[in-house]
Amino acid sequence: MGNLQNNLFDIFYMDTLACSKTWIHSLDPRAKVLTTLLFVGIVVSFGKYEISILIPFMLYPVIMITWANLPIIYLIKKMVLLMPFAFFIGIFNPFIDRDIILKIDLTFISLLDIARFVDLTKFIEIMGLQNSTGVIEISGGWLSFFSIMIRFSLTVSAALILISTTGFDSVCLALQKFRVPSPFIVQLMFLYRYMFVLIDEASRMVRARSLRTFDADSKMRFSLFVPMIGQLLLRTLDRAQRIHLAMCCRGFDGHIQMVRKMSFGMKEILFIAGWSFVFVMFRLYNIPLNLGILLSKLY
Amino acid sequence: MHMADALISPAVGCTMWVVTASLIGYCSKKVKSEMYDEKVPLMGVLGAFIFAAQMINFTIPITGSSGHLGGGMILSILLGPHIAFLTMASVLTVQSLFFADGGLLALGCNIFNLGFFPCFIAYPLIYKNIVRKVHTQPYSHQNQQKKDKYILIGALIASIVGLQMGAFAVVLETLFSGISELPFGTFLLMMQPIHLAIGVVEGVTTAAVVIFIWKARPEILDSALSTSSLSNSKLNSNSKSLSIRNVVIGVALATILTGGVLSWFASSNPDGLEWAMFKTSGVEELKTQEGIHTSLSAIQEKIAFLPDYGFKSNELSESNKSSENPNLVDSDSNIVNAGTSVSGLVGGTLTLLFTVVIGVALKRRKSKITIS
Repeated sequence: MGNLQNNLFDIFYMDTLACSKTWIHSLDPRAKVLTTLLFVGIVVSFGKYEISILIPFMLYPVIMITWANLPIIYLIKKMVLLMPFAFFIGIFNPFIDRDIILKIDLTFISLLDIARFVDLTKFIEIMGLQNSTGVIEISGGWLSFFSIMIRFSLTVSAALILISTTGFDSVCLALQKFRVPSPFIVQLMFLYRYMFVLIDEASRMVRARSLRTFDADSKMRFSLFVPMIGQLLLRTLDRAQRIHLAMCCRGFDGHIQMVRKMSFGMKEILFIAGWSFVFVMFRLYNIPLNLGILLSKLY
Repeated sequence: MHMADALISPAVGCTMWVVTASLIGYCSKKVKSEMYDEKVPLMGVLGAFIFAAQMINFTIPITGSSGHLGGGMILSILLGPHIAFLTMASVLTVQSLFFADGGLLALGCNIFNLGFFPCFIAYPLIYKNIVRKVHTQPYSHQNQQKKDKYILIGALIASIVGLQMGAFAVVLETLFSGISELPFGTFLLMMQPIHLAIGVVEGVTTAAVVIFIWKARPEILDSALSTSSLSNSKLNSNSKSLSIRNVVIGVALATILTGGVLSWFASSNPDGLEWAMFKTSGVEELKTQEGIHTSLSAIQEKIAFLPDYGFKSNELSESNKSSENPNLVDSDSNIVNAGTSVSGLVGGTLTLLFTVVIGVALKRRKSKITIS
């Protein structure tokens, strides 16, 4: 129960975030939806052992978060809470894929003077990597595991940024403009509108029950659970009927009319074009690798 | 149960998106042609109900863990499969956007796994067939008990089958994506039993709630069963283009087409803009790198310990080993890898630092502007 209430609070909070006024917020929702989709598509398109080439993509969330004035700590917290699923699927990779793919010769590292800053031996011990004659061997499993985690944080942050800079209704409007069937859009908007009302109702029922029990942590029995859910469902159905009548009175014809101006101007085109250019460049050229090569040569 | 973006490849994600989008389109059309505006609030509010019902947990007697009502099956029973599918799709969309359960690309997979199987397979083929037998019988005490039993059996089997199929689809999608290393058998053995347990819980709760509703307001279930069958026959006579068979054929074609085109694209065009799932080797990219930074690579070749490329594919090393002198290749590839991976490490760290610096600088500038 606490979990969903927290989630509800999250939604409220993200709605307030979506109401703030930066130039990112004022962009046409279609531009943001398109950019987000492009970002997710490109990030996911890399091979499973890629790590270094994924790193430049962090620029997108970082810049968007600062431009849109989003609370970064909050977003990171939220992301960590969501981590477990990807983690538990990904953590099997190191145990199954044990072929050594990457070898880092420690002599080169000492050449580059990294050893001075980072105590690698401890790192090796923690990771359980074999250390034979000064060469760290990293199996493909660990590489793909880290790749999964990076992808996960990139895609999740993109979705969170989209919703907290745009707001749900605007995303729906954008989808409508993209020719998503209108019953589905109407359904999304309705769901969103009544989610709060019904979650409130459910939590009132739960609270009422727990106030009437004698010991604080008494467990909800199944025989009590069923009538409660049933009651909630009956109330929900009645509510739907009331809503329908009220909507009929106001001339509802199967479409929700939104009075909101959407303009797709120069700013939006520049926004999409700029980010697409950046993403494609990051996709085509492995910037970190080239940078590293350049740097090691300079050294 | 929710797939995550990080675990699927674009080919699988896009294919499932096409399938799901066509299903949403089909259901929207179907719903629109029925008494649509009456059902709009019902759909919306029941979608919200699915969220709200998760507030109320009960304690499962032996294990002590808690269970709650699942989505697809009870919606199908109350509203019929088409509306239920749309409602499930909307619930999953909200979850993916706000709670980032799953992700935007994986949303297609999730809607298919959690919506299609319960609504279009388990409900019409299993639940309906079992319950229909007793549904038309006149009311009596004995019939009532019999009916309860049938509803329980129907909901139980349908929920279990729906969830098992969904779990199996998750395994297949993960396998085709090739990001996770979990072998097919192990993953299957992990997923199916867990979802058997979840299916039993969902089936029992669904059946109990349906029986409760049936006792309190029987007309709701009556109308649900009769309208969906009525409108089916009406629709089939009205417009043949919307029959489920055509839709299934269309969806299958679309799947094959997108899947085929994307995988062809992936394999035939392995460098450049590549939407690949097979790419594990860096060899193809080496060429582009050389083409663009010719001067760079020329110097690189001279410096023996920092040659140009990093990640080596398994297949490559194996084929090399088999064809050439293993010793020579091994020592050779060791050096190659060591050099470039160090470059990758250094470059990656630097890029990360740059990103952070850019973020901090932007923030600084912004706060200065707001202060002044």
